[in-house]
Amino acid sequence: MTYTQLALLGVLGAVLLDLAVLRVGLLRRALFWIAYAIMAFFQLFTNGWLTGREIVTYNPDTTLTSGQVVLLGDWRIAYAPVEDLMFGFAMIVLTLDLWVVWGRRGIDRGPYADGPWQRRRDEREAQAAQRARTARP
Amino acid sequence: MEGLSQYAYLAVLGFVLLVTAPLELYLGVRVWRRPRRLALTVLPVVVVFVVWDLYAISRDHWFFDPDQTTGVLLLGSLPLEELLFFVVVPIAGIMTLEAVSVVRRWPAVQDSTVQDTSVRETP
Repeated sequence: MTYTQLALLGVLGAVLLDLAVLRVGLLRRALFWIAYAIMAFFQLFTNGWLTGREIVTYNPDTTLTSGQVVLLGDWRIAYAPVEDLMFGFAMIVLTLDLWVVWGRRGIDRGPYADGPWQRRRDEREAQAAQRARTARP
Repeated sequence: MEGLSQYAYLAVLGFVLLVTAPLELYLGVRVWRRPRRLALTVLPVVVVFVVWDLYAISRDHWFFDPDQTTGVLLLGSLPLEELLFFVVVPIAGIMTLEAVSVVRRWPAVQDSTVQDTSVRETP
């Protein structure tokens, strides 16, 4: 099989896995798509580094793109063949689905996020709630 | 510079670890600190994508520049960097999901029978 065929199969497999097999349904949630948009943005840089510098090169016989490494066009985005986006999508959906599945089964589900950012937000909200209480006669 | 260029692939993985570190340390997503769930998630991903990678290498779908990789090959043909990629990138992906989850207060685990205690929905 060519890389193009495998990449398409990967996307199809990931979609079926999410919606029909594991029934996690991340693909129906804004949570996933916002996170994926952030990841895809960074993928342009990291994968652009790998393919633009030709750390990885692709066989044009198995991809839509022809041999030349260009920034955009010829089925390439940020130097990388579009198949890489599909490959990455399949990997991320599988990963996040499994993460949710284990969480559902109670494995390391918690505890509550506890970074400085989180604590500051809690404090701010607690103060706002306090003010709202004391403001009342 | 010749000595450094063989770390060109490893460098990008280091970059991914570096830029996602604040999500764990500042946002407190607790991905690295949930090792059991993390291992159970990453291991199957590594298996599936290492198999894909080995097949792709055997069918000449892609090649790795020996001058820009460490040259350590696993299972005969898989560059060490590729294995690390399948560990580092999924972890970064989980951290991204959990970060959006924390900021937007959308629990990653939605199930009527369980409560996702990693996100407090209402203060």
